[in-house]
Amino acid sequence: MSALLHVDNITKRFGGFVALDGVEIEVARGERLGLIGPNGSGKSTLVNCICGTLQNETGNVRFDSQVMDGMSAHQRTHRGLARSFQLPRPFHSMTLADNLRIPLLYTVHARSGPLRSPGDLTDRCHELLEMVGLAPKANQMPRDLTQVEMRKLELARAVAAEPKLLIADESMAGLSNSEVEDILALLMRLNERGITIILIEHIMSAVMKFSQRLAVLVSGKKIADGRPEDVVRNPEVVRAYLGE
Amino acid sequence: MKSVTTAKFSLIAGAIGVVILLIAHAVGVDYLYFASYTILQFIVLATAWNILGGYCGYVNFGSAAFFALGAYSSVFIHKLYPLPVPLLIVIGAMVSGVVGLGMGYLTLRLRGSFFAIATLALAVVLQTLVVNWDFVGGSRGAYIIRPEYLEIGSFKIPYIEYLFALMLALAIIALVSARTIERSQLGFGFATIRDDELAAEACGVPTLKLKLIATAISGAFMGMAGAPFPYYIGYLQPSSAFGLEYAVNSIAMPMIGGTTSWVGPLVGAVLLGSAQQYATVTISSAVNLLIVGLMLVGFVIIAPNGIVGLVQERLRRKRS
Repeated sequence: MSALLHVDNITKRFGGFVALDGVEIEVARGERLGLIGPNGSGKSTLVNCICGTLQNETGNVRFDSQVMDGMSAHQRTHRGLARSFQLPRPFHSMTLADNLRIPLLYTVHARSGPLRSPGDLTDRCHELLEMVGLAPKANQMPRDLTQVEMRKLELARAVAAEPKLLIADESMAGLSNSEVEDILALLMRLNERGITIILIEHIMSAVMKFSQRLAVLVSGKKIADGRPEDVVRNPEVVRAYLGE
Repeated sequence: MKSVTTAKFSLIAGAIGVVILLIAHAVGVDYLYFASYTILQFIVLATAWNILGGYCGYVNFGSAAFFALGAYSSVFIHKLYPLPVPLLIVIGAMVSGVVGLGMGYLTLRLRGSFFAIATLALAVVLQTLVVNWDFVGGSRGAYIIRPEYLEIGSFKIPYIEYLFALMLALAIIALVSARTIERSQLGFGFATIRDDELAAEACGVPTLKLKLIATAISGAFMGMAGAPFPYYIGYLQPSSAFGLEYAVNSIAMPMIGGTTSWVGPLVGAVLLGSAQQYATVTISSAVNLLIVGLMLVGFVIIAPNGIVGLVQERLRRKRS
């Protein structure tokens, strides 16, 4: 079976700074990939290039056997790529339920036609909120949420688009241990439903527990890719994290 | 959710319009028509501004340009071959809508104050063009002799009453459209652009397309408001059509009324418009902009979300 996501030799520069330098990554269908790297190593830039927020200068991104280059972010979302943002970016003027309504209206409808009646839409929003444990707050505004709830909303909104691949960009930063467990369990459940997941994270215990495979980015280059236990013992990786 | 359907709302709005017409006819004072026409015109302008500025969060300082485009389209066509005013309104809407689309296309990548400055520049460019275009009067301005009466068969309607009725219909169309947009998928999409464009794209919202739709609709309604203006005023000159008061009022009225709902521009336009008409009669027309400025400053401090926002907040507090 061909890979779901195929990132081939992509490069991204910001002026003279090379943020990504010939990065190659493949992700198989149903896989759980962990992506780690020190701050500023290009993880978020990679996500932005995969999702279309930024356009890579060389190389290409293939997703589900389609070349994505030149496509805007919303077109990629329509084709089944979804992401959560590192810092949650909810729609501030809308209730939680309406926040989830947006991907349903604009992505799920665009993909499969407006099959849903307004009642179905409301039910689906509720289901999604139920999944992340936010159902009782359906009619509240994002400003009423705690940090962990905000992250859950962010994930629920990405999942609402019914993606094939979900990229979770540091969904756990700054959370307590039990909250990390919460989010991890949620991601595992989503993976069991058949969603391929790329997890970008600094919390190593979570990454190790979650990932079937681990890739490491340092200064815009991929320096390791393989079984998590092997990768963390890789001398180059150790050097990048701990220094000489 | 309890809500009135668009069809029902249109009927109610239409009925209110007819009642206003009948009352105005019964009172039968010419001045009342003149004054209310201006207020209605501002309802259309404020509602149009709000579709782009309130719903999408893109502040347009060039409202006067779109208004003037509508007005000058009428002058241009009047010089070639006088057409009925309703047709001129349609043409004005098309001209301003297309220019709105063009402006949207050229400024797609500009946000915040950069977008606002670009719209201001558009107004200056268009005014310069009109000032130097002799056919529509250039800097001298253009006279349009308004007929005394509109004759339909044996019916004779005073022309100002006719213009008033047209502007009333436009105001109703603008309000019904704004309300319909607000509750549709399009309205939800507009709101995501206002809140966070990056997140909107990630959710699958085609933000560029929606912005173009918003600039075109907003421009078209402003052109509609401007099209009958030469007939109303009789003498159109660039400095009045591109007047500062249109740009300022189109922004101030929704801000004072509240930008997130169609009610806001209506409330703002009626309140500010009436205050200005009152001041014009009792003090002087020069006081108008001062009133707008003072009210805007006051509301930004007391009710940053406008009157509608203030009322909603009160209701929410009462409920909880």
